[in-house]
Amino acid sequence: MSSVNTSAHSVVEPTPTVKRIAGVIVILYALVTMIPLAWIFLTSIKSPPDSISYPPKIVFTPTLEGYCNLFTTRTRQTPDYIQSLPPATGTCDEITRSRNMVIAGPSNYWPRFGNSLIIAFGSTFLAVSLGTLAAYGFSRFRVPLADDLLFFILSTRMMPPIAVAIPIYLMYRQFGLSDTALGMILLYTAVNVSLAVWLLKGFIDEIPREYEEAAMIDGYTRLHAFWKVVLPQATTGIAATAIFCLIFAWNEYAFAVLLTSGSAQTAPPFIPTIIGEGGQDWPAVAAGTTIFLVPILVFTIILRKQLLRGITFGAVRK
Amino acid sequence: MSEIKIVNLRKQFGDFVAVEDSSFTVEDGEFLALLGPSGCGKTTTLRMIAGLELPTSGKIHLDGEDVTFNRASARDIAFVFQLFALYPHMNVRRNIGFPLLSQGVPKAEIRARVEETARLLRIDQILDRSVSGLAGGDRQRVALGRAIVRRPKCFLMDEPLGTLDAEFREVMVHELRELHNRIHATTVYVTHDQHEAMAMADKIAVMNHGVIEQFGTPQEIYNRPASMYVADFIGSPPMNFMRFHSGLHRGAQSILLDGIDIPVPEVSEDVRPRELALGVRPEHIRFNDASRLRGAVYGSEYLGTNQVVAVETASGIVKARIPADRSFRLGETVGLEFNPATLALFDCASGRAIASSLYQEARHG
Repeated sequence: MSSVNTSAHSVVEPTPTVKRIAGVIVILYALVTMIPLAWIFLTSIKSPPDSISYPPKIVFTPTLEGYCNLFTTRTRQTPDYIQSLPPATGTCDEITRSRNMVIAGPSNYWPRFGNSLIIAFGSTFLAVSLGTLAAYGFSRFRVPLADDLLFFILSTRMMPPIAVAIPIYLMYRQFGLSDTALGMILLYTAVNVSLAVWLLKGFIDEIPREYEEAAMIDGYTRLHAFWKVVLPQATTGIAATAIFCLIFAWNEYAFAVLLTSGSAQTAPPFIPTIIGEGGQDWPAVAAGTTIFLVPILVFTIILRKQLLRGITFGAVRK
Repeated sequence: MSEIKIVNLRKQFGDFVAVEDSSFTVEDGEFLALLGPSGCGKTTTLRMIAGLELPTSGKIHLDGEDVTFNRASARDIAFVFQLFALYPHMNVRRNIGFPLLSQGVPKAEIRARVEETARLLRIDQILDRSVSGLAGGDRQRVALGRAIVRRPKCFLMDEPLGTLDAEFREVMVHELRELHNRIHATTVYVTHDQHEAMAMADKIAVMNHGVIEQFGTPQEIYNRPASMYVADFIGSPPMNFMRFHSGLHRGAQSILLDGIDIPVPEVSEDVRPRELALGVRPEHIRFNDASRLRGAVYGSEYLGTNQVVAVETASGIVKARIPADRSFRLGETVGLEFNPATLALFDCASGRAIASSLYQEARHG
């Protein structure tokens, strides 16, 4: 009898060496993707001369000038005038004065950032709410022409949204929706709702309808059953869908440039405009971008498990 | 608890008739099994009683009240699903208490009733566990708990033991029957397993292609099958059919099978010559060398307490269930003798049983 190898080799479980190699590859990939983010952050704490020096500076004296310039508007003054002013009241004041300028007032960054928050979260909420209800309907009821309707909904994603920019621009002007938060919320909702319907239909299809039937027999109406039984089980799908919708609405640039310029302008079209104020102010742009990245970063980290599930959705059968 | 009365219930999905004009009554406290192969319409019937499907036509009365078009939530019935449908985001306690919550029962009373139910089903030790980690049998008991906690008018169960393994299924068959004996709830139980139906039910409705072929006690269904379908579906091995061509007269007490006179229960209708079948249960066959009906042993199956011997006769293969003490050689010639009082006759074309004194006993006794 030959000796039996008792250390069973699993076909599925990778060996330690394979795991180590995979780990190295993942770390390298992470580094590559992190470099632009790190560069943006580093630029945001450089002084303007450092930010454009060549070769690029890795070691430099960090400064908050970029952030000061981001949050304020400034006017150039004569050194005599600056001398005559009372002592500086804060870091930003000092930095600005050292450049022969004084702070004239707050910049539009925070209002624009607020617009982004309202529009992105508002449209995400609407798209996910409508998407959940529509997906539930498609999943559970015999909807006439359901397949055609679903195809129609999907077809709205088949061209880049910007292809309809001109008609939407004209339409919005006609309806008075140009440069309004409502207009932007409606637009992003319209773009996102198709993604939401399709993603959520998949998730809701996976929830056995017996759960609702059981709830209805237990004395609940369909709406109650939906609320108490279907929604809690669809949270993963809803979270994943919400992230995708939020990322789109948060980052969207083309429509925002076209349709907003004033009170409803979001952060993406605003950030590039910073560069024009007093030379090429890269640190201020980088500072604006860094802050702009924070909400989506936090949101994604909180919901990363759901996001992963959303991406691999359908890949694994139970 | 209450009576369920189904009148001419019909359900069509497009052109497909799932349930065809069924009528039956489940009396107060009775345990009815809807028995049939998959796709026979038994689950659809159950779902119509529950209010999960609306009938195309017909009426459903619950406790004398017409509930045909009432919402499921307004019918006061409980349903145990095949896959239990326990709410995965709630623990056992909340699952069982969920139906009470919808009725606005005070928290303290919900607690008390959930615990009482759990004790009845012997699951009080797992009340605070998550339902996802439970074993099949415990899930089954939680599903039952959720059904009985509300003390509904009736219980509907859709193959609740279908997913359990064979050994455990027997335990649950016993438990379900015992539970029924204790709480006397009107129950409709859907199954494709004749053993479950026979072991638990007071009445059985055998369904086929949306039609109720026979409605009766397990004994009636087994001993006096109304059609060849029922005779064939119930019993294992099923009833033997020996085909012959003949006409029958009212009062006839025997038939001619391959030229051999076979005594049968007195026929009570006239039948014009046609293809008929003599139905005989395997256990009603004895081997008797003196019998003129002969055949050759074709195979045998040893079952411990008895054996099933297949015999090839001129009218086809006949299976006999006989004591296990005798062994046979293949090809050995044996004589077959039937117990005359138990024989049934069928019209092969329609499958219908031919009226005889066998069936009259049923009507009078």
